[in-house]
Amino acid sequence: MSKPLSGNEAVAYAMKQINPDVMGAFPITPSTEIPEYFAQYVADGEVNTEYVTVESEHSSMSVCIAAQAAGARSVSATSSCGLALMYELLYVAASCRLPITLACVNRALSGPININADHSDSMGARDSGWIQIYAENNQEAYDNFIMAMPIGEAPGVRLPVMTCMDGFITSHAVENIELLETDAVRKFIGEYNPDNYLLKKENPLAVGPYDVSPYYMEHKMLQAEAMKAAKVRILEVAAAFENISGRHYSLFEEYRMEDAQLALVLIGSSAGTAKAAVDKLREDGVKAGLIKIRIFRPFPGEELARALAGTRAVAVMDKSEGFSANGGPLFAETRSALYDLKERPYLINIVYGLGGRDIKVGDIEKVFDRLMDITVTGEIGPVYSHIGQRSKEDIV
Amino acid sequence: MSTVYNLKREVEKPVRLTGGHRLCAGCGAGVVVAGVLRALDQEDRAVVVNATSCLEVSTFMYPYTAYTDSYIHLAFENAAAACSGVEAAYNALKRRSKVEGTVKFITFAGDGGTYDIGFQSLSGAMERGHDMVYVCYDNEAYMNTGIQRSSSTPLFARTTTTPIGSAGQGKKQNKKDLTEILVAHNIPYVAQTAPLGNFKDLHTKSYKAIYTEGPCFLNVLSPCPRGWDYPMAMLAEITKLAVDTCVWPLYEVEEGVWRLSYIPKKKLPVEDFLRPQGRFSHMFKKGNEWMLEAAQQYVDQKWERLLQHTGA
Repeated sequence: MSKPLSGNEAVAYAMKQINPDVMGAFPITPSTEIPEYFAQYVADGEVNTEYVTVESEHSSMSVCIAAQAAGARSVSATSSCGLALMYELLYVAASCRLPITLACVNRALSGPININADHSDSMGARDSGWIQIYAENNQEAYDNFIMAMPIGEAPGVRLPVMTCMDGFITSHAVENIELLETDAVRKFIGEYNPDNYLLKKENPLAVGPYDVSPYYMEHKMLQAEAMKAAKVRILEVAAAFENISGRHYSLFEEYRMEDAQLALVLIGSSAGTAKAAVDKLREDGVKAGLIKIRIFRPFPGEELARALAGTRAVAVMDKSEGFSANGGPLFAETRSALYDLKERPYLINIVYGLGGRDIKVGDIEKVFDRLMDITVTGEIGPVYSHIGQRSKEDIV
Repeated sequence: MSTVYNLKREVEKPVRLTGGHRLCAGCGAGVVVAGVLRALDQEDRAVVVNATSCLEVSTFMYPYTAYTDSYIHLAFENAAAACSGVEAAYNALKRRSKVEGTVKFITFAGDGGTYDIGFQSLSGAMERGHDMVYVCYDNEAYMNTGIQRSSSTPLFARTTTTPIGSAGQGKKQNKKDLTEILVAHNIPYVAQTAPLGNFKDLHTKSYKAIYTEGPCFLNVLSPCPRGWDYPMAMLAEITKLAVDTCVWPLYEVEEGVWRLSYIPKKKLPVEDFLRPQGRFSHMFKKGNEWMLEAAQQYVDQKWERLLQHTGA
């Protein structure tokens, strides 16, 4: 079934098809529509979810964690400062090994306050122990949300999952997307039947202990092992999803990478723009390619290194500032992943698109021009720089 | 249950907060929690929700839990929201026939987790109307971190963030009246109680709170021998003095109707309550008589207002 839906409606629709037990709902631009659409499904009796209209994102995540611990499947949606307000609880969710699903509609973090897309919100939560799956477009936003539960709820994983899409660009733009039948979705997701939960009659459970030094490290090790196991599970779920949808997913997407000498690595909706640039350059005979990261946590380091091994120069494009003075978070991960290659490509970092700053095909071409120059001259120039900003002289 | 309270029968029930936890000798919290949980009908299950607190770190240190019921702790500031989540899960799973029997939801948090950092979460949960009980065990300061002032700390009390010095005389502000704020939420049941005597008041109010549908709130005075600086054997006596001086009046508000639970035969002067506690010792220094007068005046005012509310 094909339908024109915005990214937000696509995710809300996936939620309706899943019919979760509990939803924590609190508005924040640009994710607000998700709880709005869902409220209508509740009002129309299309779902029988317990819809909890909390007084903050902090309480929203608290409700989700406690509900999931009690034995319920819980979901929520948020953006930007809302995710930041949840940060403490994101770690609690992951350490309690509770597979909550959260739709993060990416928006710049304050300050200054800005409502448009960049990845500073979810990148700030990258080390919280959540699996992070990023979408390029509405179809992927829908598909990723449906794949989230079979990944997070797998016994060897049991981790919360954040599905991310770019605010406005993906969340509000309407695209024609393919929807699965609700029966197919429910069959794919299955029932949530955890072994232990608070409301289990036979065996009371205590969750969230004061964990002392003789145990804490072992618990963190188990969490780290679960994140490693998630990588395998993500691919299993992608294969199963391909069987019911015909759509192929992996840890990242390789676009025209077979013989690529110059490559970009980036995340999210900008991949569409970058693909157009790659196509244009290919017409001119430039061996350009793109890697669009889908799974940022667990980070597919070995796989990425293999995919980039044959390239000569790579630009990693971060849609968030890390303020490390040494490049953005995607750059740090990618550079680290490439370290073990015998022959490494030249590597630069370009920060772009902050607070909704547009990136165009021409901008991407400029990045490829730079990669070309580097391969010709062997001079790498500034490793870490920004694109798309007005020059100092332009700023009045 | 029989409506006539019988301590002997109550204490013969299996305990729900077991011994061996790590709370201090002379601490009110353990007595309060055991007392509240005792009010559950024996056949009913409960999920206990806890804010980060002395209680939490003392009763659920991995791998030991002191609770025979299910228990969850997430953080300091969100116990009411966490309880909302458990109750929401119960409603959803009931609707889908995935949970059996009656389960009650009881939250415990200290005054820091209730009056201050958890205040928003509490207000939200009460307004939404979850079927839950929120119990504040009020020991009038952040005891878990080493006795810092909270908005529940009374006027002039010495804490580690309101020390006594040449320019400081303890806390400068009066205690926030949280019970009245909860009354203003128009929830079905709000009560102020204390672990007193044969625990009848605590028991009766806990039972009402647990078995009244909707959000209910108990504010329970919970003396702390470390923070209040009294000999630990004095727990019961200190509690009694708080009530007999009207520093901590016992009352309840049921469906908007105020009722005084106890009127002291002889209302004792506030200084009887203050004197045994090190946190108030500076008030008894020569030249500080004005502090005792101010404390007395405040208690009298509050008591008069309560008499008016309750029509007593």
